[in-house]
Amino acid sequence: MSSTNLQVDDQGRLRHFLTIEGLSHSILTEILDTAESFAGVTSRQVKKVPLLRGKTIVNLFFEASTRTRTTFELAAKRLSADVLNINIDASSAVKGETLLDTLRNLEAMHVDMFVVRHADSGAAHFFARHVAPHISVLNAGDGRHAHPTQAMLDMFTIRRVKGPDFGRLRVAIVGDVMHSRVARSQIHALNTLNTGEVRIVAPKTLVPVDAESLGVRVYHDLEAGIRDVDVIIMLRLQRERMQGAMLPSEHEYFRLFGLTEQRLAVADPDVTVMHPGPINRGVEMDSQVADGPRSVILEQVTHGIAVRMAVMSMTMRAHGEAEAKDRH
Amino acid sequence: MTQTPVEPLLAQMAGDLSALLQRRGVEDPAMVGIHTGGVWVARELHRALGLEQPLGSLDITFYRDDFTRIGLHPQVKPSDIPFQVDDRHIILVDDVLHTGRTIRAAMNEIFDYGRPASVILAVLVERGGRELPIEADVVGTRLKLKLGEHVKLTGPEPLVLEIHEAA
Repeated sequence: MSSTNLQVDDQGRLRHFLTIEGLSHSILTEILDTAESFAGVTSRQVKKVPLLRGKTIVNLFFEASTRTRTTFELAAKRLSADVLNINIDASSAVKGETLLDTLRNLEAMHVDMFVVRHADSGAAHFFARHVAPHISVLNAGDGRHAHPTQAMLDMFTIRRVKGPDFGRLRVAIVGDVMHSRVARSQIHALNTLNTGEVRIVAPKTLVPVDAESLGVRVYHDLEAGIRDVDVIIMLRLQRERMQGAMLPSEHEYFRLFGLTEQRLAVADPDVTVMHPGPINRGVEMDSQVADGPRSVILEQVTHGIAVRMAVMSMTMRAHGEAEAKDRH
Repeated sequence: MTQTPVEPLLAQMAGDLSALLQRRGVEDPAMVGIHTGGVWVARELHRALGLEQPLGSLDITFYRDDFTRIGLHPQVKPSDIPFQVDDRHIILVDDVLHTGRTIRAAMNEIFDYGRPASVILAVLVERGGRELPIEADVVGTRLKLKLGEHVKLTGPEPLVLEIHEAA
């Protein structure tokens, strides 16, 4: 999917945010640095800045989400934008309106940004290709393809805990990589930030066919896969995306790939454990690990707000400049 | 280009500031510098006055009034106010006072941290061109610039005031 040109303007700045793939090290670093500035806003008396005052942001969710939608909403509100939440399966989609009709109708309401989640890979790109030039599109997860803001909040979390040098880090992504748009975006982000070693750890049936070409090492044994790693990113077992007999049972999965305190002993003593949520406790990991001292799962949620504020203000910037040029 | 050393200006500002604080009966004030030049100036004044509250810094990028025209500055730095703003006297410091828009933005940001008892404005250079009703309480030097000339503080080590001619 060629999206580099679509999401970056002719001066190399972010216009839409659709996928990590093709974005430069400097853009990813700029997102993390900008997010760092927004992180402080949350601890003030007034938890918002006037940056996007007068802008209207539409959360367009064709697929269920709690964390992602609420943190996008909070990010928009902390930037002083007006927010409209639309859950489409309960709306016009069931009445037969096409995606393009939905888009045109919302455009007619003079909105400035779409945050799109959809079960089909490429849905956010479709929006970005068809929106009016002043509108930004942010991908909040499309099919099995990408979930770039989740990946960036994970990078932000890693950088805060482990420091800015990704080169000395070993990172293992564990679980259902095949169905995971989060894992794909994480792998692209980790590689672009020059992470020392990226591993994926999964049963043979849950490894994507193109795994090796993504620049990762593949492990089918949990203990071998997390040996000496600095960061473990657990993935959710996506029951709703699974067809057929890819797994014997959840119990069997936990026995082989579930993260427990005992198994963590082979990793680096300072290992950090992450999970994008929602957790299936007792399937991907023990509660002891999820709630333990190495877990940064709730920090990830908090960081999601600052990272989304950063991406929203950066994409809106490019349009600001385009408008200014039009006026002169 | 002409270059002016700033040490004498800073010494004079520190003297004027402490006289002003005494006159107003201000006790235990806090100081905030505006990125980037204002922080350099504030660092020197903070040391000269021996203030007890740690120095704060503001990056007013998120409060600028020209975001929709020029967009977000790519190198935004975190603002850091390491003290309670409520009921505190605050000395706001910048390098150059020109249109007044930066000070307007900085004051808006300060008020999002709390309600200060008062705000004093100290600037190294005051030049003409105000577009808002904002004036400094303490000034290092007043410059009358010719059309096309502009003034810039370079630093942090050493701090030098440069006046550039029209290109």
